[in-house]
Amino acid sequence: MNNTVPLPTPHTPRPAPTDAIPLEVHDLTVAYQKKPVLWGIDLVVPAGKLIGIIGPNGAGKSTLIKAILGQVPVSAGWVKVFGEPLKKNLRRIGYVPQRESVDWDFPVNVLDVVLMGRYGRLGLFQRPRRDDVDVARACLDQVKMLPFANRQISNLSGGQQQRVFLARALAQEADLYFMDEPFAGVDAATESAIIALLQELKSRGKTLMVVHHDLSTAKEYFDMLLLLNMRVVSFGPTGQVFNNELLQKTYGGRLTILTDVAEAVKQQS
Amino acid sequence: MSPSFQETVSSLLARRLGGDAENRATSVFAFDQAGFVRGTFFLVLLLVMACVPTSAQAARVGDVVETGVVQQAIRFFTLRDPSVRYALLGAVLIGVSTGLLGSFIVVRRMAMAGDALSHAVLPGVALGFLWNMSKDPLAIFVGATLAGLLGTAFVSWITSTTRIKEDAALGMVLAGFFSIGLCLMSMIQGLPTGNKSGINSFIFGQAAAIGPTDLKLMAIVTVGAVLGVALFYRQLLVTSFDPGFARASGLPVRWVHHGLMLFLAFAVVIALQAVGVVLVSALLIIPAATAYLLTDRMHRMLAIAVAAGVAAGVAGSFVSFLAPALPTGPFIVLASASLFGVAFLFSPRQGLLLRWWHQRSRNARVACENTLKAIYHLSEAHGFKGEGALVRELAERRRSTLEEELVRIRSLVAAGWATLSDDRAVVYPTPGGWQRASEIVRNHRLWELYLTHAAQISPDHVHEDAEKIEHVLGEELVRELERRLQFATVDPHGKAIPAIGEIRGTAPSRGDTTIGFRRSGP
Repeated sequence: MNNTVPLPTPHTPRPAPTDAIPLEVHDLTVAYQKKPVLWGIDLVVPAGKLIGIIGPNGAGKSTLIKAILGQVPVSAGWVKVFGEPLKKNLRRIGYVPQRESVDWDFPVNVLDVVLMGRYGRLGLFQRPRRDDVDVARACLDQVKMLPFANRQISNLSGGQQQRVFLARALAQEADLYFMDEPFAGVDAATESAIIALLQELKSRGKTLMVVHHDLSTAKEYFDMLLLLNMRVVSFGPTGQVFNNELLQKTYGGRLTILTDVAEAVKQQS
Repeated sequence: MSPSFQETVSSLLARRLGGDAENRATSVFAFDQAGFVRGTFFLVLLLVMACVPTSAQAARVGDVVETGVVQQAIRFFTLRDPSVRYALLGAVLIGVSTGLLGSFIVVRRMAMAGDALSHAVLPGVALGFLWNMSKDPLAIFVGATLAGLLGTAFVSWITSTTRIKEDAALGMVLAGFFSIGLCLMSMIQGLPTGNKSGINSFIFGQAAAIGPTDLKLMAIVTVGAVLGVALFYRQLLVTSFDPGFARASGLPVRWVHHGLMLFLAFAVVIALQAVGVVLVSALLIIPAATAYLLTDRMHRMLAIAVAAGVAAGVAGSFVSFLAPALPTGPFIVLASASLFGVAFLFSPRQGLLLRWWHQRSRNARVACENTLKAIYHLSEAHGFKGEGALVRELAERRRSTLEEELVRIRSLVAAGWATLSDDRAVVYPTPGGWQRASEIVRNHRLWELYLTHAAQISPDHVHEDAEKIEHVLGEELVRELERRLQFATVDPHGKAIPAIGEIRGTAPSRGDTTIGFRRSGP
């Protein structure tokens, strides 16, 4: 069952200042209303990589990110970010939720949304300062959305909304990024612009974990792939992981036992 | 043929046809300023309109009272009586606190939760009264707040432990708690002892019954709400917009939620005396919903909601002053509902009237452009000889009567796109008119060509589409079309696509334009 490809040795030089492993997940298990959806996830994520999380619908891709970020209750396991518990390093984490997760009629403009990326850095009563606004505008410029800074967010197209979310994550100035389907519903031009941006972040030593649903582009976009279907089917460099056998294991219907057991666990409790 | 171009065109079409959204992008600062001016204007309008339902109601109620409405109004607004001062101040405080908290309730889609909470306070009111058998504001405040919070806790308990969804849980708790409250109230009515006068005013509200202790509670809660929103504005904003992201950036989402619910309960309870249990949730929702129609920035929404809430509260307490026997709640809610009606009709973005007006002016522009196009076609049929077109021929071509055609031409003249000869026989387009006509024809033929070439749609299918698109294409898109069509000169039906040289050939030249794609007429 264990197809995990050996990770690069810990001696490989890592970019400063990330001397600790960006993300370590041990035996993470999540259950929704007592029905397990993620089983014993183990991960050691190296720095400076662009990592794709792929798997079929209901494989728990979004749930994995939410569990790592402490947004859903976990029934077992632990998560370490840069060698410390998550809470201590929240500032080093950037997050792009699914675009559908928010109400785009909300009365804020584009700049307001991007400024939210700075909120985690502000004190309890602190208001965003001039610097924060400058950072937010620079991030908007990076995703070519600066001309839209004062637009109400419902006046944007899907691709533009996605870029606003990306700019907000950039404004977090994090070292480890989690992105939930950043390519969902964007056009081809925006998709290539986004992937170029992700590559650039990677070259600056950031680590990015990206939920992706398009197998045809997964191979060219990512350095490493996490094949997920309720458990880690495989995690390793794309060249070693992206093959028919493992993909078959991820997407094929051989997981009936896991699903059945999950159902049984639910019935019992 | 890239999808992004198609998308641009379709989104452009949608925007042009559907609203004025794209105007806002033109200048960031101009928009902001205009928004501010518009916001202020509508605020003033709101305040003026706030007086309308008051006087309308007062005229009727005033007949019952001995003195005239005007004298009553003078007496009321000069604040001569202490009870009036209490009622007015109370209305202002209620307006501020419900406006602030209601705005967040509305954008968080928790309006029904606010409704359930406000009904759930009734048993607490009754128990507060039973505590020492009197209308002690503090005991009632504590009892009502606890009951409201208990109701809210019940809802989350039901939804988290069973498969029952929130709407059903809210409905059950609302009705259940309210029934307990009603039972307790009728029990109090049946008690032989105690001063139970005024306890019924909690059901439909009685602004005139607001006393000094009530006011102190109101002031404390309102100051607390203002401070809370001011200090934690960005926490409230981000947790309302995107709680998942807020949690990931380390903000205390849960605490913000609990704090908001606590203050919501406070705001509901202080408003009980004036508005009553049944209708207090309307005061949370309607002013905030009104504000939501008028602006798309949260801080402005808060300000407008507060203004609308205060205006409605003042109007309601005036009625309460005129006719102390009538319950206040319905009047306050009616006043705020009329404000909502005004916003619904006149809001700059979502208002029905303005939308109708834009649609109308757009239709008028399209009609003008179609007339210009017909003149162009006629002129083209005559080989571009002569300066103008015969009105008679124009009418024949468009299968309309001479009168109809003259009406259309008059609107062209009014727009400065043409002149009409004195005998009303010939219409001469102005240089601007010729230009616009050529642009429209050019847009039409370019789009037909694009559809047949790039999108492989057969030539007999493209005309209808081009009829719409021709009025929408802007300069940039036309340039893009030209590039993609490699500067073709003939449309799919074999007609020449007018180039700038031809435009100059038939009309007096205009030196200051290059290709001359002016966006629209005057």
